[in-house]
Order: sequence, then C-alpha cells, then structure tokens
Amino acid sequence: MSDKLIIAGREFRSRLILGSGKYDTFETMEKALEVSGTDMVTVAVRRVNLQDRSQKSFLDYIDTRKYAILPNTAGCYTAEDAVRTAMLAREALDTNWVKLEVIGDERTLFPDNDGLLTATRELVREGFVVMPYLNDDLIVARRLIDAGAAAIMPLAAPIGSGLGIQNLTNLKILRQMITQVPLIVDAGVGTASDATLAMELGVDGILMNTGIACARDAVAMAEAMNYAVRAGRLAYQAGRIPKKLYATASSPLEGIID
Amino acid sequence: MLITLNGESKEIPADASLIDLLALLELKPERLAIEVNRQLIRRANWQSTALQEGDKIEIVHFVGGGSLA
Repeated sequence: MSDKLIIAGREFRSRLILGSGKYDTFETMEKALEVSGTDMVTVAVRRVNLQDRSQKSFLDYIDTRKYAILPNTAGCYTAEDAVRTAMLAREALDTNWVKLEVIGDERTLFPDNDGLLTATRELVREGFVVMPYLNDDLIVARRLIDAGAAAIMPLAAPIGSGLGIQNLTNLKILRQMITQVPLIVDAGVGTASDATLAMELGVDGILMNTGIACARDAVAMAEAMNYAVRAGRLAYQAGRIPKKLYATASSPLEGIID
Repeated sequence: MLITLNGESKEIPADASLIDLLALLELKPERLAIEVNRQLIRRANWQSTALQEGDKIEIVHFVGGGSLA
C-alpha cells in the first residue's frame, strides 16, 4: 500500500497523527499509540518539575524509533512565545519540525492569525518545518503557505470539544482550493465517524488528542480511529456514488415471478 | 548567589555553570532545553555558560500534549 502522507518530503504510512496529552496513565497512552497505527505524536514543552524528580520521564513511554515526535507550541499566546518554545523544542529533541499554535482566546482556543503568520515567517527563516493550526479560513491558509508553512491544519471544531466538523462547506472549499501542501484536520474530532467524514472529503490527514485520550476506553477509541481514518481514505479513493433524490433499483427488473 | 529558576528563587554557588546547576538539581541533560534570560543556550555551551546573580533560567522538557486545554 503506497498511499503515503508526505509532509516536507517525509513519508508517513498513517494519516492519523496523535496528541499525547490527557491520558489516564502513560501506559494507556503507550497502548493507544500502538493500536492507532500512528506514525507521529505531538508533545508539549513545559518546565521541568524540580520538586519531583522521581517521575518517570514521559518520553520513556514513546518509542522514538517507531514514532516521529512533533513538538507543539501549545499554551503560547504570542508569536514570540511560540518561537521561543519552538527553539527550545528543537534544542531538546534535535528536530526542526513544529506544530505551531498561537492562541488568541482562552475559552475557544481559536488561533491568533497575526501571531500565527509572524511566527511562521520567523520559524521558516530559522529552518523549521512549520505545521500551523488555524481556523478553516482559506485566506489565512494561503498566507501561511506563502510564508512557507509545510502543511496547514484547519480545526474541525474547538480543541477538545468533540463536536466534529462544524463547517463542512468551508472544509470542502479548503480541500479543493489548497493543493500546494497537505491539509490535515486538527482539533474537535469526537468519535470515529467525525474522522471518517473528514477523510471522505479528501483531506490528507487528521490530528486528534482529546477524542481518544478522554474516551471512556481510550485504547478502544484509538483502534476505532485507526479504522475510521483508513475507511474514510479508502472511500474517498474508491469514488462514491452520487446522491439522488429518488430510488434506483439494485436488482434486475426482468424475471420477476407473476 | 540568587537566581530565578523556573519561576522560583534559588540560591546557587557563585560561578556555577549550567552543567553545575544540572548536577545540583540531579537532572540528566538528555531531552532538556535551557534558556537564560530568555536566550536559548545551546547544549554545547552549557559548560562554558557562567551564571550570574539575578539570572532568570528556564529548564524545560517534553510532556504529553495535543493542544492546551
């Protein structure tokens, strides 16, 4: 199967990217990652807890030979903080990939477009592979691509909301109009059908965290998402039938007994 | 001398380097990054970076995260 997700020239078998936060235990996270089939996991950058050094390192539970680690700039409300965080992540992990978040509002966690653009420009200049989280806004997406973003990651719904795709029309438009870089739906996925629907639209990949980590059975949901993303992708490639208002019989009209 | 470390005041020996500080904190240097006064300090320079009174230091690592909620 050679239908790979290609970002900045790097290939990924799975079109599902997972976040690593909010799991009950590190062990659950580890199992969820495995059954999801993902190839890439996001992590956040935070201060070391200097009081409690006995804690096992979170990264010990992520096999870095199996999964690409994608640092994010979660919690950053300014371009400056996002750039600082990305630099720290690059230094700590020796990766120049970053999932860029510059947040504009605490309750909705919607992105700050100005900050996003500024940070993208600066990080691209610094040699980063930048994957920004943004609203499903075509104009912002284009500006980010012009600024050098390696992918665009429009939200389906607010982070952690589980609402699924809130603006199907916008997403369809984005998918048609954005062809220069991969389009990966990020944020708001609640259950398997949300993921499948996005993939059926032809998006290139999906990133999710809460939808799996906070499900009643995270490992089961991770497995569901594995199938969901693959099913949606296959359906998209298979070419669905058109929608019709009236019936078209499936069985032949001749030979019916009288 | 007094420095600020991850937002808290801390007393450390004068002329301590970043390497000395990590040893004092019993922190392994892998997968860490350090800022001094908002400047990223490259790992190669940790030994040669002498800390000064009043320095603000951030030592960070990775934690679970999708997006902040």
